[in-house]
Amino acid sequence: MDTGQLIQRDETCWEIPKKGMMRVPAVIYADHSLIRDMDQKVYEQITNVATLPGIVDAAYAMPDAHWGYGFPIGGVAAFDPDEGGVISAGGVGFDISCGVRTLHTGLTIKDILERKHRLADELSRTIPAGVGSRGKISLNHHEMIAMLNGGAQWAVDQGFGEAEDLERTEEQGCMKGADPAEVSAKARERQHDEMGTLGSGNHYLEVQRVTEIYDQTIAARFGLAIDNIVITIHCGSRGLGHQIGTEFLKDMAVSASQYKIALPDRELACAPINSPLGKRYLGAMRAGINCALANRQILTHLTRQAVASLFPGARLDLLYDVSHNTCKVERHQVNGQMKDLFIHRKGATRAYGSGHPELPAAFKDVGQPVLIGGSMGTCSYVLCGAKDNEQRAYSSSCHGAGRAMSRHQATKQWRGRELVDQLASQGILIRSPSLRGIAEEAPLAYKDVSAVVDAADKAGLSRKVARLEPVICIKG
Amino acid sequence: MNNAATPRWEHFDHDADIGIRGIAPTMSEAFEQAALALSAVITDPDTIKLTRSLQLTCSAADPDILFFDWINELIFRMTTRDIVFGRFEVAINKELLTATAFGESVDREKHQPAVEIKGATFTELRVYQNADAMWVAQCIVDV
Repeated sequence: MDTGQLIQRDETCWEIPKKGMMRVPAVIYADHSLIRDMDQKVYEQITNVATLPGIVDAAYAMPDAHWGYGFPIGGVAAFDPDEGGVISAGGVGFDISCGVRTLHTGLTIKDILERKHRLADELSRTIPAGVGSRGKISLNHHEMIAMLNGGAQWAVDQGFGEAEDLERTEEQGCMKGADPAEVSAKARERQHDEMGTLGSGNHYLEVQRVTEIYDQTIAARFGLAIDNIVITIHCGSRGLGHQIGTEFLKDMAVSASQYKIALPDRELACAPINSPLGKRYLGAMRAGINCALANRQILTHLTRQAVASLFPGARLDLLYDVSHNTCKVERHQVNGQMKDLFIHRKGATRAYGSGHPELPAAFKDVGQPVLIGGSMGTCSYVLCGAKDNEQRAYSSSCHGAGRAMSRHQATKQWRGRELVDQLASQGILIRSPSLRGIAEEAPLAYKDVSAVVDAADKAGLSRKVARLEPVICIKG
Repeated sequence: MNNAATPRWEHFDHDADIGIRGIAPTMSEAFEQAALALSAVITDPDTIKLTRSLQLTCSAADPDILFFDWINELIFRMTTRDIVFGRFEVAINKELLTATAFGESVDREKHQPAVEIKGATFTELRVYQNADAMWVAQCIVDV
């Protein structure tokens, strides 16, 4: 990105001043090297977001921001319904409520070393992953409606996991206000055989080792210590969410002129929050969030079964579950007044700091865990919502590394088999049905996640707590 | 038919995802070619036997939207019918598209499907005639 167009506010904060059609400024959090390498499209897209009706304060981009659909991936924006604020399908993304959850295992690296291959095989056998994989659970119409209303709470009621899991899931595992009637028959059909499946692309299940602790006090509170083994699941709302995203993107694009919204980019399609279309999308999108939460909950149950078959005593307690493609209503201060704002986070994680009333008791005095996924060869991070970060992007943080090169370039540069062998020599076991899929997801096709989390830490969005390195990776 | 007028498809780059493009003398053929580009995101279209077929229809006044609907309809059929497509016959009559898509059931060993496609997007979505009077139909698909 051309930094000449930006005003540098501090080491990690860059502003695009209000100009042209912009209603508010745009703010990008990144260090000098990240912003220099950031796609110029992020500048264009975050500037476009700043033109949308009812936007409050500023349009924000996280340190991992890259070219997205209308919104940049790594974009955060708040809208006030009383000021004509809008809701955007592109601002949530196609994979509604895609997110990350991390499970403790109570095991250390020593405990699993000898049985690592067997564990990889067992997880690969138990977790349906990749194109054309089918879950073992198919829902009839009534069950589907109950799942779309109940989310992870529904899944726990069906015997997938434990009530304690819900305390460690955003929204206690159930997004209120879902309206399954707004989820089309096609979207439900796409989900028919996809409950409890991982998907493909950048989605994964990883067995990880804690290799570094940055904050002993918070790590202890999160239950993390050096050489602990944890398991992290990254996936979303599967076919149902994708279909909702696709259908409403089109409906919003076609209706924009009806609502007299001038779109600088068709992909930024949106509708007023208080319009019939806006309300329909909200109901469908919230059902999509519940689908993602239920899906991760079922995968948690399957993971527990796989681990128990090799380590019968192991307890897989949930550390936390975060979503990074959402629009949620949150109370924030605007000009000294408390208001309900619709916060879009597209490829960005909510990062409540200590004292936030919505935090579970266990995290109230430290802040919430923020789970950042890396790529299969590098590392992931656990961060913690930074204190007083509300005025910085409405308590949001980054979500992952972001791609550094296209899938096409990656397949030209690497072969799947060689990558699997190379990672195996580093002690990382990969299991995937597709070698080409592995090449497309090559570790070096991603940006350096460490630079991204360092910038998020420096910018006061979230604080580094622990670093996790992959031991086993199940890819779709 | 000279080489320049031969229907063809290609991919174009996007940071996180991938662009599909069909280029052909008619709009219908450009839609067929773009659909082959879609299949090639998942697997090598040459490995797909043509043992099953499905009928599809879509309608939209705006050719861009017609293309968006066509690609999304294929994505929907692929995921719900567990099929990959290797050949297409498309007829466009004003606002109405009717098509037959030929392919076979997904064989994970043989096709090594690389990635699922979530949906067609409005990014780089364009249906137009280029300077050589060839029809181009393209968009980025989210994977």
